Amino acid sequence: MEIQLKLNGRPVQASVEADTLLIDFVRAHGCASVKRGCETANCGLCTVLLDGKPVLSCSVLAARAAGHEVQTLEGLQQEAQEFVAFIADQGAEQCGFCNPGYVMNTIALLRENPDPTDDEIRAYLAGNLCRCSGYEGQLRGIRAFLNARNGKEGK
Amino acid sequence: MAELKTVGKPARKKDAMNLLLGKPAFVEDVTPRDCLVVKILRSPHAHALIRSINTDIAMKVPGMVAIYTYKDVPNKRFTTAGQTYPEPSPHDRLILDQRVRFVGDAVAILAGETEKAVRKAMKLIKVDYEVLPAVLDPHTAKDNPVLVHPEDNWEALCPVGADNQRNLCASETCADGDVETVLADCDVVIDHVWHTKPCQQAMMETFRTYTEIDPFGRLHVISSTQIVFHVRRILALALDIPKSKIHVEKPRIGGGFGAKQSVVAEIYPAFVTWKTGRPARLVYTRQECQIAGSPRHEMEVHVRLGADNSGKIRALDVFTLSNTGAYSEHGPTTVGLSGHKSIPLYTGGLEAFRFGYDVVYTNVQAAGAYRGYGATQGIFAVESAVNELADRLGVDPVKLREQNMVRQGMTMPAYYNEPANACALDRCMARCKEIFDWDAKFPVRDMGNGKVRAAGVAMAMQGSGISGVDVGSATVKLSDDGFYNLTIGAADMGTGCDTILAQMVAECMDCDLDNVAVFGADSDASPYDSGSYASSTTYVTGKAVEKACTQLKEQLCALAADALGCEPGDVEFAGKAVRCLDGRGEISLADLAVKSQCANTTAVQATASHSSPISPPPFMVGMAEIELDKETGSVTVLDYKAVVDCGTPVNPNLARIQTEGGIVQGIGMALFEDVTYDAKGRIIEDSLMQYKIPTRLDMGHLQVEFESSYEPTGPFGAKSIGEIVINTPSPAIAQAVFRATGLWFRELPITPEKILMGLQAKGK
Repeated sequence: MEIQLKLNGRPVQASVEADTLLIDFVRAHGCASVKRGCETANCGLCTVLLDGKPVLSCSVLAARAAGHEVQTLEGLQQEAQEFVAFIADQGAEQCGFCNPGYVMNTIALLRENPDPTDDEIRAYLAGNLCRCSGYEGQLRGIRAFLNARNGKEGK
Repeated sequence: MAELKTVGKPARKKDAMNLLLGKPAFVEDVTPRDCLVVKILRSPHAHALIRSINTDIAMKVPGMVAIYTYKDVPNKRFTTAGQTYPEPSPHDRLILDQRVRFVGDAVAILAGETEKAVRKAMKLIKVDYEVLPAVLDPHTAKDNPVLVHPEDNWEALCPVGADNQRNLCASETCADGDVETVLADCDVVIDHVWHTKPCQQAMMETFRTYTEIDPFGRLHVISSTQIVFHVRRILALALDIPKSKIHVEKPRIGGGFGAKQSVVAEIYPAFVTWKTGRPARLVYTRQECQIAGSPRHEMEVHVRLGADNSGKIRALDVFTLSNTGAYSEHGPTTVGLSGHKSIPLYTGGLEAFRFGYDVVYTNVQAAGAYRGYGATQGIFAVESAVNELADRLGVDPVKLREQNMVRQGMTMPAYYNEPANACALDRCMARCKEIFDWDAKFPVRDMGNGKVRAAGVAMAMQGSGISGVDVGSATVKLSDDGFYNLTIGAADMGTGCDTILAQMVAECMDCDLDNVAVFGADSDASPYDSGSYASSTTYVTGKAVEKACTQLKEQLCALAADALGCEPGDVEFAGKAVRCLDGRGEISLADLAVKSQCANTTAVQATASHSSPISPPPFMVGMAEIELDKETGSVTVLDYKAVVDCGTPVNPNLARIQTEGGIVQGIGMALFEDVTYDAKGRIIEDSLMQYKIPTRLDMGHLQVEFESSYEPTGPFGAKSIGEIVINTPSPAIAQAVFRATGLWFRELPITPEKILMGLQAKGK
């Protein structure tokens, strides 16, 4: 079937099978940041934004994205860059395989709730698994970003 | 010693930003999409012989290119364990075998143009199995009439006590002193069996490999592996082709934890590419990772611990029954750590010890290497026994440990008589007690709402590389403008060794970290390194880096002396330049780099290797505070404090993250991560939906500190950090659960069901 959608701001027209998953579609269209870590919608690695809302692209058909806007980390580099530097300063990226998924979800969180508490961060990102970092360093990084930003705003 | 400029500093990982921004870095991102899709048909039976296998109809699916069965592969046995040759793990595998030995064992390799075609074809392969009785219980495996490996060409290359006619993968006993006599003389003997499950590493990137034939006709393997050199050797043996025909490299690795210290996936696409000449890729599903990966060895550890009433621990008798599953990978070696890295913690007043083990073959998924490598299982048992002793004697478990722990300067008979050159375990305990507020938190606190708070403690040790075996190497060269290239054969699997080793170069060469470019690991281009495992990279490869830098400085001085018209002995290396000692002149590093590339006959590239006759243990203490709900049995970890002695932390940020990650992985092992089988030997927890690894909501507050000793044989005084960090949660949390419930749980994981049923049984 033919679908049209907006991928990272660019219109895309493509022919897809009815059962093509969004994760396979976006990877085939150059979005290698979107990772597959399970088959059961448990790991959060494949998180993308569909009309601005985070979804698991392993559990969305490409056809469902027809007529909508899909954003992956490839399209949100600048927004991500602001806060991921703070995570890098913690060493909490580690292997990096889970990073795009939770970075995408953090972007969604910060758009929804620009000043979350630690518990709100934990709850929002609960579906993003990471096996390397133990999560604490990721939290420290996001917290350091928020503090730095709030500090700046305070001035 | 001069103050360190780069080592000991929390530098950002060199690849951090690009990983965080999702740039292409992993096997699937950096290899061509246009290649054959490889998949494996797997056995539904725990033990069976293939009577016949018909692939005719399956091959008719449009897009199918090849299907291989046991009839198509070499009849030469090998092991997929990534160990130095000759491997202690017996050679017991074929690429495909007529006998299948666990639910998930490979039956056929399929290769086709599309995922869809291969999936369809897989359903159309007709296999007629002669289903055989299976050995599913490790207790009855030894000398069972059913043999997992009856074949004639099974071979043990090392004397590990293996005997395929007895289902034995390894067996040994060692001792120091007369343990029975001392135990008979003890006031108190704790005598129990502790049981741990075959937990999965569950690294986020599953096993994946891409293979192609390069322009030289060689097999080019790009794989997510910790061990490029072992992969080359094992592939050559399995495919029965010359090693010179194989080139292995790894891109970024999406986590390993030891899983990728076995050649789990590489053989299948390599075989397809070698046969068809076409590029191929295999990506393991999460389900395949769970049922046909390389998990931790399930172990039952029987501990008899003898002490006198004053709390002096006098004897430890440890016997481990380890279940290696259907194949031998890491079976003979993991088990050794269950005793050799638990008993020495109590070197203090120990009069005698004995350590014995059997490693048995069964018809379940083969185990492999997983962070902690047997030490985790042994430490759960021995540390739990010590906690039970504390309870029996009515003494503080911290004080009991302070009375008995190994201390700097001691020789550890149970650790191959190695010395504790550098040991800050006592300081780790003191500091952990302080930051955890042990005296306030150890007493059980009833919160008045059905919930109880309690605490537990454990100590741990590990090694730093495999003594007398592991080889680390590094090449350092001067390049244009005076920057350095560091080439290594160790694999950064996310831990940050590329950056840590570059920090050492920067320190040795007195330059900025940005002036060091790192490359690795590549079996053609890298100097030989046994690989990233056994907590070896910082300690072993790090020392090779130090040596290479020393040699490079000598070369730079020779080149500079030539330029300055003096003798090499008359100049000194000064970071950005080489200077005449008498102050008459100097040549900048940038100019030296230029000179090295024009009419030069002095190499400005040094390669050094290192191997250590000892494996200095890092030490740590962990303390856990939990809240237990007596109504539901659920346990919440509120607080986890750990203090680690890894020698000099080369990069404190990365050392801290290692520790935090290991603790959370250990919490998963203690509380959630279960592996159970149905009656036919099929694993129930075959997805991340059932196999519950900790989320952000499962770990409470973590705090990690370091109490550093200085290891004289390590680079800049460093030991290791990667593995030890998973060892304390299980015993510490088990003790906290005991404090809250009065029940000792000696089997992991300690689930709410077990706690609730225990409480109900106790109530009756």
